[in-house]
Amino acid sequence: MTVTKSNIVAKTGNEAMAEAMRQINPDVVAAYPITPATEVVQIFASFIADGLVDTEFVPVESEHSAMSACIGASAAGGRAMTGTSSQGLALMAEMLYIAAGLRLPIVMADVNRTLSGPLNIHCDHSDTMMVKDSGWIQIFSENAQEAYDNMLQAVRIAETARLPVIVTTDGFIISHGMERIEILDDDEVKKFVGVYTPKHYLLDFDNLITLGALDLPDYYFEHKRQEIEAMINSKSIIADIGKEFQTKFGRGYELFETYRLDDAEAAIVAMGSTAGTIKVVVDDLRSKGKKVGLLKPRVYRPFPKEEIADALKDVKIIAVMDRSDSMNAQEGPVCLEVKAAIYDASTSLSIDPEHGRRVDKAKFRPILNYIYGLGGREIRLDDIEFIYNELFDALKGTDKERVNYLGVRE
Amino acid sequence: MTSKKKEKKPGWKELAEYDLIIGGGTAKDFKTGDWRTKRPVFVPEKCIHCLACWVYCPDAAVIVKEGKVVGFDYEFCKGCGICAHECPVKGKAIMMVSEKEVRDKRPKPEDEKAKK
Repeated sequence: MTVTKSNIVAKTGNEAMAEAMRQINPDVVAAYPITPATEVVQIFASFIADGLVDTEFVPVESEHSAMSACIGASAAGGRAMTGTSSQGLALMAEMLYIAAGLRLPIVMADVNRTLSGPLNIHCDHSDTMMVKDSGWIQIFSENAQEAYDNMLQAVRIAETARLPVIVTTDGFIISHGMERIEILDDDEVKKFVGVYTPKHYLLDFDNLITLGALDLPDYYFEHKRQEIEAMINSKSIIADIGKEFQTKFGRGYELFETYRLDDAEAAIVAMGSTAGTIKVVVDDLRSKGKKVGLLKPRVYRPFPKEEIADALKDVKIIAVMDRSDSMNAQEGPVCLEVKAAIYDASTSLSIDPEHGRRVDKAKFRPILNYIYGLGGREIRLDDIEFIYNELFDALKGTDKERVNYLGVRE
Repeated sequence: MTSKKKEKKPGWKELAEYDLIIGGGTAKDFKTGDWRTKRPVFVPEKCIHCLACWVYCPDAAVIVKEGKVVGFDYEFCKGCGICAHECPVKGKAIMMVSEKEVRDKRPKPEDEKAKK
């Protein structure tokens, strides 16, 4: 694609996601307003009022109903989308499992906001993490540009994997921050997302189906196993669609992004907008000769465990930043995944006749966890620099806590 | 695990893509009348064929042929008794009889043997 002036626009994250939805032109959007995601569907509703899209908008009475309407629309054979945040996502939770279990490719814009209580409307990842096991693919965006690109790819990913997809932005930080982004032409998007032609759908009167029937103990497990397999297979689908997007439009997307990680001694793993902040610090520390790098998971579900463990194999020490806590008296959800990935990459299940079970001790490296930014607590450049300094300190042999609460007043 | 001969069910790779039933009208193949405690018994000589039972039956278990009630589909009747309750005939053309009573009246295999 050649970037012309008309493709460069100033948009907030919410505007960027609404713009993507306009270009996708879904059959049905059902949504209920909630800060800070309200604008996504509010702006989209104005596109409907202005006759720019053909979408049927269902103004429902709750998020539970919004997801129910999306499930109905998707099962009927339409392309269905919605947008929500925090308490709204929590209210949808019951229906999220049903959407995934019925293998309906719904796409949702989720603006990350903490869950009450205490009551708070600002960013952290606790809402999205609450539904991490619901069977939805989860894609995190670093900025408005990624939010826009991820929404376009999400439609293809969902329909190919037959799993619903959540695309997230960070509440207020991305959702309400104005950025320079590059948008595609309407017909380029139209061509990229294509026409949705489901194999089975309820309004196909020539080929009748029943969807969502009672599934007793003799079949439920097999159907869940199929869903798990779909999640495993979605890794390559996401990677392929990211590559196709790069070939067509120049901006590449993988399961995760690495930033100056190749010869890094100390690495931070972080998702969402904080990754952008970290890149600035990485550049600054690199200019001072410190070998630091970043790994930014783009998809948290499916979690690319082998790939991430491999990308981190030469790093001497790792800090994982979690913008939520699992309240499990252990560590945050991203750290759990990274640790499990590195554990698996460091141990072998096969038994060597001479040495027994093989454990590669060199691959076990210290992993520190930083819980940060809860309820919208600011995360600044010097916070990130502090983490890198802590990592180098630990490498020198200083004792550190495994789990740290960054920026909380003691 | 029961000692009965096990029915071989398909594994997850052989099944259709997900919990999807292909084809219409499949509810007919799934018999749901086996958890009844009482059953309606038709008394044809009293029936005035008003079809109130047919209208009120929450399943489709009242069998009607050429505008006349002929009996009940016990493969689907749940024994709710609405038909008997709604029957307007004095003395009722539908009797609710307990399944135990029906079972007890049924000739037992040993009696059959004794006859022979």
